[in-house]
Amino acid sequence: MTLDTVSRFERALEALEVSFTLTLASDASEAIEAALEPPVVGVPLPFDDVSLPATVETAPTSADLVGAQTGITPVRFAIAASGTVAIESTTAGEEPFSLYPERHVAVVAESDVVPDLGAGFDRLERAFAAGDDSVVFATGRSATADMGGLVHGVHGPGEVHVVLLEDR
Amino acid sequence: MADRTDDRSQTAARLRHLLSTEGEAIYANASTLNNRRAATYAATDTLEDRRATARAIKEDAIERLPELLETVREAVESNGGTVYLADDAADANRYVADVVVDSAAREPADDDTAVDAPSVVKSKSMTTEEIDLNDALEREGITVTETDLGEWVLQIADESPSHIVGPAMHLSRKEIADLLTEAFDPDERFETPEALTRFARDHLGERIREADVGITGANFVVAETGTIALVTNEGNARKCAVTPDTHVAIAGVEKLVPSISDLEPFVDLIAKSATGQSIAQYVTMLTPPTDSPTIDFDADEPIVPDSSDGKETGSARATGTTDRDFHLVLLDNGRMAMREDDQLRETLYCIRCGACSNSCVNFQSVGGHGFGGETYSGGIATGWEAGVHGQESAAEFNDLCTGCSRCVEACPVEIDIPWINTVVRDRHNRGADPAAADFLVDGLTPDAETGGLDLGKRFFGNVGTVARLASATAPVSNWLVGSTPVRAMLEQALGIDRRRDLPTFQRETLVDWFETRGGFAASKTRASEPGARHGDPKESKQRAAAGGPDREAILYPDVYTNFVDVDRGKAAVRTLEALGVPVRVPDLPESGRAPLSQGMVSTADRQASRLYAAVVEDLDAGRDLVVIEPSDLAAFHREYERLLPEASYETLAENSYEICEYVYGLVETGADAAVLQTGAGNEPIAYHSHCQQRTLGLEAPTTALLERCGYDPQTTSAECCGMAGSFGYKREFYEVSVDVGERVADEVGSAETVVASGTSCGDQLETLLERPVPHPIELLAPDD
Ligand code: SF4
Repeated sequence: MTLDTVSRFERALEALEVSFTLTLASDASEAIEAALEPPVVGVPLPFDDVSLPATVETAPTSADLVGAQTGITPVRFAIAASGTVAIESTTAGEEPFSLYPERHVAVVAESDVVPDLGAGFDRLERAFAAGDDSVVFATGRSATADMGGLVHGVHGPGEVHVVLLEDR
Repeated sequence: MADRTDDRSQTAARLRHLLSTEGEAIYANASTLNNRRAATYAATDTLEDRRATARAIKEDAIERLPELLETVREAVESNGGTVYLADDAADANRYVADVVVDSAAREPADDDTAVDAPSVVKSKSMTTEEIDLNDALEREGITVTETDLGEWVLQIADESPSHIVGPAMHLSRKEIADLLTEAFDPDERFETPEALTRFARDHLGERIREADVGITGANFVVAETGTIALVTNEGNARKCAVTPDTHVAIAGVEKLVPSISDLEPFVDLIAKSATGQSIAQYVTMLTPPTDSPTIDFDADEPIVPDSSDGKETGSARATGTTDRDFHLVLLDNGRMAMREDDQLRETLYCIRCGACSNSCVNFQSVGGHGFGGETYSGGIATGWEAGVHGQESAAEFNDLCTGCSRCVEACPVEIDIPWINTVVRDRHNRGADPAAADFLVDGLTPDAETGGLDLGKRFFGNVGTVARLASATAPVSNWLVGSTPVRAMLEQALGIDRRRDLPTFQRETLVDWFETRGGFAASKTRASEPGARHGDPKESKQRAAAGGPDREAILYPDVYTNFVDVDRGKAAVRTLEALGVPVRVPDLPESGRAPLSQGMVSTADRQASRLYAAVVEDLDAGRDLVVIEPSDLAAFHREYERLLPEASYETLAENSYEICEYVYGLVETGADAAVLQTGAGNEPIAYHSHCQQRTLGLEAPTTALLERCGYDPQTTSAECCGMAGSFGYKREFYEVSVDVGERVADEVGSAETVVASGTSCGDQLETLLERPVPHPIELLAPDD
């Protein structure tokens, strides 16, 4: 993980109009809080010393899901060159939570940002070999041009925010 | 013959209608996508490697298909899903209908809606269009909702897709707004794309939540793991795949790739080629049944258990607790036979990105409703339709491919799309009614085709013979064909549109002129005059090869240069001599380009052998074959690979040059450009290269040469002039040709000087601009 990769990731996200916070794990709660628009559904974060605000519903009903404004999930890794986040589908609900609400907040560790698609595929192959074999590469916001102009947020989120946890 | 005349006017009327109703929206969308694709390709250094890798993976996968089918069955079954190999459309439809009915029966019905019809939500899938799945399900009482916005619009409009990626590309914003306002009668009429999209999201979101079954296609299927790769921008495929408990994925058998790592080049290429995006919004690699929790939208229990932290909850699949049901339907429907067919097999490498449609000027004018068959559209549709629906479905639109070859460099898997079109045209020709009247041209045309071939095609395929005759009888032949009754006859019998100017044949051919002025001996003297400066094109950057400075050129007297546009041939001779290269202009056989364009492969094959036999001694003696007409050079460099033995093909391809490429090589290696007619510094000039010349990568040498000679050439962005040899003459295509040509004319119209490399391009532009459009060599050649 080099500075270069992070700035590349940042530039790619900017081009995709995806907002972005870089934060130390110790300040992460604040950064996360600031990125959420309630009501929020989410998947617990697997990073040391980082947890979700208490207001985030991690065991939502279907009504909570449909009513949620934001879905927050950890992502397995990110690809700097294209601004892609790799969302794994688990029983904890990453797939619906990152897809249904209008806003998706993706949390990724700096050490999990890889430079390009080739490195992303290396990670993907390792995940598959370990049995984690359903992953979405999500890049930017859901989009369509089918209604006679480019519009974001058609079936998936119209806003995406990435929280990048700096390694110490 | 009357039948063919009627067919031609019907086709013309149908295309005219599309030009005026759908042409504008199609052009705006397809050309934008094409420009974006070209820009993204240009910015990707690894592009050619990626394309070669993708191609190799597909070749290998199709080769090993029977084995991969076994592998994927084992993988999906061990994951807990089911694989069904469907022979044809009816088989696939029956299976899917059964799955839907069963699945709906297992759902506890709502008290008040106990009679709900089983319901399906779908994401976009051309394969399900191919088998008419929606109709088949609806006949079983199943409600089907398309969730891709474009497909949904078409479902409401009850229309068929006009593009394999952008199915509703032919509709304008206003048409969509009117359609949906009418269908849903909202409080306020829909105006903006945002309002339409918001409504669609809510409406379709509900359908997805209620559905019994989600049906998706698959862009790729990974055999080893049973993984479905879905590439979308909207996110609807994700929703359809994981929201209902039952997921059915339908894919042609050709979608199988061996392992997960094989996806990489495709994930990289597919969005670039389809839309010019560096990657699609969502590339879902889903190995169903997934661990993702099922969601019962009628229940109010938590979707995930409260204690869940995602990482410690065991995989539902591993613990055997999944509520999910998954069916992978792999469709044959002619594909296994295509695999056995040496000519159609390549079609199976297609990843359905639509780049060939976007890069095609005829497609840009009429869209997939004109340039398409029952399901598929664009250049590659010929292969698909011939393979899955039969030759007839392909024959309908196949002639809209002019072989311009611009799609060849757009295709991410390097499919030779024009060749597939040529072969299918050839097969169609051979299958045509043998009782049709052939007497008119039989005997006159020494081709190698079977009876029954369309007379117009036979005429254009044998245009060399016609030109020879017309030249020998000029100017009488020109007066004759200029007369109204003869034009009417030509239109009736051969389908030559009477609005199109015919070429004026010259009594003195280029070959005759050259002999009269003293042949090779005189040329040698001229080339060694003090004014002439030597250079060596073989040392040029364009083509690195061994060779001494004493070049000799054979100038290829192609049909048009020899009989019609003799001046550009003379200009080429003078230029080469001035640069110190002696020239020979022997009477050489035709290249085979004309019969190839009509799908007359055996005639072309015979001509290729004759041409090679006629030049081989010169090539062996180290002489260079210099070609003015780009389409003939393209035959030598592209199609001859399929027509000649490998060594002969290589010899010819290595030693044949486009005229400006050759001249540029000369001036780059020491010849003095000052002997040419140079511009006054940065003299602006518009240059339309030739489509096939561009595909050979030979636009740049002409531009460089013009710059070198004091001009400031502006090249066109339109891929092709629309004339394309015989295409623009044909009655059924005349208006499409003019529509395409006008776009080029608009681009160059304001320039004082316009030059073009191809005869067709020159003719088309001269007609539309009403002024001379010479070949660049005529601009540069020294005066006699
Ligand atoms: S033939 Fe090539 S360019 Fe055309 S749709 Fe298929 S993959 Fe794309």
